[in-house]
Amino acid sequence: MSETVISVRNLTKRFGDFTAVNNISFDVYRGEIFGFLGANGAGKTTAMRMLCGLSYPTSGSGTVAGFNVMREGEMIKRHIGYMSQRFSLYNTLTVGENIKLFAGIYGLSKQVTAKRSEELLARLKFSSERDTLVKALPLGWKQKLAFAIAGIHRPEIIFLDEPTGGVDPVTRRQFWEMIYEAAEGGTTIFVTTHYMDEAEYCSRVSIIVDGEVRALDTPTRLKQQFNAVSMDEVFRMLARDAQRGE
Amino acid sequence: MKFFVCWPAMRKEENKVMRNNLFALVKKESLHILRDKRTMLIVILIPVVLIVLFGFAISTEVNNVNVAVVAPDRTNGVNDAVNRIAHNDYFTFCGYINQDEIDQQLRSGKVSAVIVFAPDFDRRMEQINAGLPSTPIIQLIVDASNVNSAGAATAYMQEILLGTESQQAMFETRMLFNPQMKSAYNFVPGIMGLIFILVCAMMTSVSIVREKEVGTMEVLLVSPMRPTKVFFAKMIPYFVISCVVLIIILLLSYYLLHVPMSGGVWGIFSMSLLYVLLSLSLGLLVSIVVKTQVAALLLSGMVMMLPMLLLSGMLFPIENFPKFFEVLSNVVPARWYIEGIRKMMIQGSPFVAVWKEFTILLGMTVLFFGMSLLKFNDKLE
Amino acid sequence: MRPFIVLLNKEFIKLRRDSFLPKLIVILPIALMLIAPLLVRMDVRNVNVTVVDLDHSTTSHRIVSHIKASEYLSLVGSTAEFDLAMKGLEEGTIDIIVQIPDHFERDMAVSTPEKISIIANAVNAVKGSMGTQYVVQTIAHALVEFGNEKSPNQLSEVVTVQNRYNPTLNYPHYMIPALMIIIFILVCGFLPALSIVEEKEVGTIEQINVSPVNRFDFTLSKLIPYWVIGFFTLIVAMVIAHFVYGLIPAGSVWVIFLGTTLFILTISGFSLTMANFSSTMQQIMFVMFFFIMIFILMNGLLTPIDSMPDWAQTFTLLLPPRYFTDILRSVYLRGTTIAELWQEFVALGSFAIIFNILAAVTYKKQA
Repeated sequence: MSETVISVRNLTKRFGDFTAVNNISFDVYRGEIFGFLGANGAGKTTAMRMLCGLSYPTSGSGTVAGFNVMREGEMIKRHIGYMSQRFSLYNTLTVGENIKLFAGIYGLSKQVTAKRSEELLARLKFSSERDTLVKALPLGWKQKLAFAIAGIHRPEIIFLDEPTGGVDPVTRRQFWEMIYEAAEGGTTIFVTTHYMDEAEYCSRVSIIVDGEVRALDTPTRLKQQFNAVSMDEVFRMLARDAQRGE
Repeated sequence: MKFFVCWPAMRKEENKVMRNNLFALVKKESLHILRDKRTMLIVILIPVVLIVLFGFAISTEVNNVNVAVVAPDRTNGVNDAVNRIAHNDYFTFCGYINQDEIDQQLRSGKVSAVIVFAPDFDRRMEQINAGLPSTPIIQLIVDASNVNSAGAATAYMQEILLGTESQQAMFETRMLFNPQMKSAYNFVPGIMGLIFILVCAMMTSVSIVREKEVGTMEVLLVSPMRPTKVFFAKMIPYFVISCVVLIIILLLSYYLLHVPMSGGVWGIFSMSLLYVLLSLSLGLLVSIVVKTQVAALLLSGMVMMLPMLLLSGMLFPIENFPKFFEVLSNVVPARWYIEGIRKMMIQGSPFVAVWKEFTILLGMTVLFFGMSLLKFNDKLE
Repeated sequence: MRPFIVLLNKEFIKLRRDSFLPKLIVILPIALMLIAPLLVRMDVRNVNVTVVDLDHSTTSHRIVSHIKASEYLSLVGSTAEFDLAMKGLEEGTIDIIVQIPDHFERDMAVSTPEKISIIANAVNAVKGSMGTQYVVQTIAHALVEFGNEKSPNQLSEVVTVQNRYNPTLNYPHYMIPALMIIIFILVCGFLPALSIVEEKEVGTIEQINVSPVNRFDFTLSKLIPYWVIGFFTLIVAMVIAHFVYGLIPAGSVWVIFLGTTLFILTISGFSLTMANFSSTMQQIMFVMFFFIMIFILMNGLLTPIDSMPDWAQTFTLLLPPRYFTDILRSVYLRGTTIAELWQEFVALGSFAIIFNILAAVTYKKQA
């Protein structure tokens, strides 16, 4: 049985009267690609932010990489990587400078940084772009770079919030190849998405509607359970009377 | 044929849709602004605080000048003079000190002036009054680092010491328009000019550029709505806010500061509204030219607000400027606005008296709007 | 240590590459220092005076020529038409009307003459009152020469005035320290806040928050560039003050450096604290404008603090710029020693510590 790297019980987040995340519970195992599938506004990002130590839960509990989300946020951050929904590399810095910055932020020494930087650039086939300003890169490249940087300190878990928003299908494909590679190396990937087809790529998917977990299983089993041909169909059945989202 | 018959109806429908769209957009903008309660609070707070400060705390008159006295012989004449100084509102008598303390007292800022009476003061006074020559018997040592106070303090001290109040009897003086000599009156038009630039130029430009940055601007421009309508929608809420602020300022000026506003409120309103339009057009121009919010902020701040504070005459009289800057100030729109408002608000001049200022402001507004349109069309290509 | 170094490095790179800021940081202080001292004069000069001379005597002509010769007054024609003069007053071309009544000279010799009428446009209250003062003094002097008994006291010849610390009553010298403070407030008080709020709006701050970066490191990395810039600004300002305006510190330059350092620390700490409570550019812009406005108005630029009413004076005790204005002006113009300013330094030092701690502590990585 795989080790549990994320464990969440009754996690809730309220903003005033509004309950964004309502009593969710689940576990994530080491090495899997765990998907959070749901419409925009369903609560995926809010939930993820609690797991990353960006936001305090209103109630409930959770552990990420063995640390408590309520009290040990700063410890969690040492063991995770994160790629925000909004692009979060520095536009006026070059590719190389961004890598050096984030490597340094995670405490990597100059030598280690240099080595990993070379590896990263080679893997992405970016070596020629080291001195290009990030704002000059096309969106797909920026996303890939952000993902690579999210993993530069070899974290146990990488959180990806809607990582493939706005890119073309080919780039999306390449991105998922990167995700597979990382998972094969032992990194657990926690990804949120509203693209139904991406759900098929995950080891297990949880479907979030109106802040609640409506289903949680492997894509194959979910399709069997709901007698559906695609995840799209599964989702539509579950989200039929959803209050939030498009 | 069918087309021509249907076309007016289509156009009308299109117009209706566009009007609805405009309304929807304005509504969205307004809600967006109102939701930011902190900013709204400050937009109201700024003019209120400014008026309170200028009205009650800041005045360019000299008061409470700290004076010390050196008098080896405390004769009747000396005591008399010191009493007069002590009882005068402009001065605060800080006590007698020794000759060797003068330096330290002045340098540390404890006192701003020291009056030194010569020994044997009374006898010497008699000599002078008898017409005999004499050496100086009073020395005023003034801390001239504060040039304003120094000049005024010296003048007042001389007047009090020499008892030249009798001089005043020869004159009949009238202070027109501001008999109570309130320096607040002078500043209120400046406050108005300032807050309008802040709201209409800075705030508006930042708001428009924000859409550009976030990317939603393109969405709007691609929509069936004409670009001018998009900009209108952005400007209308700020126009309304400006009107509200204008009313608040006028009410405060009248009831709190007792600024006379003898020229009639409508003239003041008209000129202010024109100035609001001018500021909006400036904001528009800035927003078209820059790409980031920070740039919009800094551009409108540095290029508009600073020159306004320095050159418009709101704080520092234009007459004192070197010739070059005096000429330059003609280019600053606020200068004309402030002059016009001062005349109407404080002097009580009728609206017709400020036709020159009004026309210049009108011309500038048209110019800036025109430039915005030109620049905008450029950018579209 | 390493996270801090890379963060600081990133700040300097960002600043260098910014399209607007570097130019602003260099040009603004220089432009203000070169231009503003020429403009920020509150003294009264060139008061436009028109004399309505109904007497046409030697005395009245003497009065007119004295007015013409006065360095504060500017004679704008003498006319017999009072209405014309009044119109000029309303339009603003004339500041003061002096009307010398009919038979003034004749009456002076015999008995109490009819009063000389002085009508001033007092929209600018200071100009009105000071201008009137000057007119009165000028006319009084003119009449002294006339040698009439009723004229002012001979005593005025035996009072001497010594102007210390600024014997030439050089106005720019008086204003320059205050202008320098305004520049510091703008550069070191406004810009750091923008830096943080910009990261919030763009979203890069999230990447920082999700990393193990310590908030003290982060805050410090945001502050230090502006400390450096502030110091550079000080040097530029002092150099321009020296070579363009001839203003040389009367006191110790080290005291000026120390005071400036404390002030820059204070104002940038304050700036970041405000930024920690704002999420949009618009908000921070307004909040900072509000405070900066109060700082500038209440720091003694327009009015000496002693001239303010008691409640206002007490209020300024809460404002850091007040202490720095005292320090800078005293040291620059009077040569005041640090010992004589110990209270101001203690206050400023305390503010510096408080605001910098606040800046770090109010920064929340987790909400």
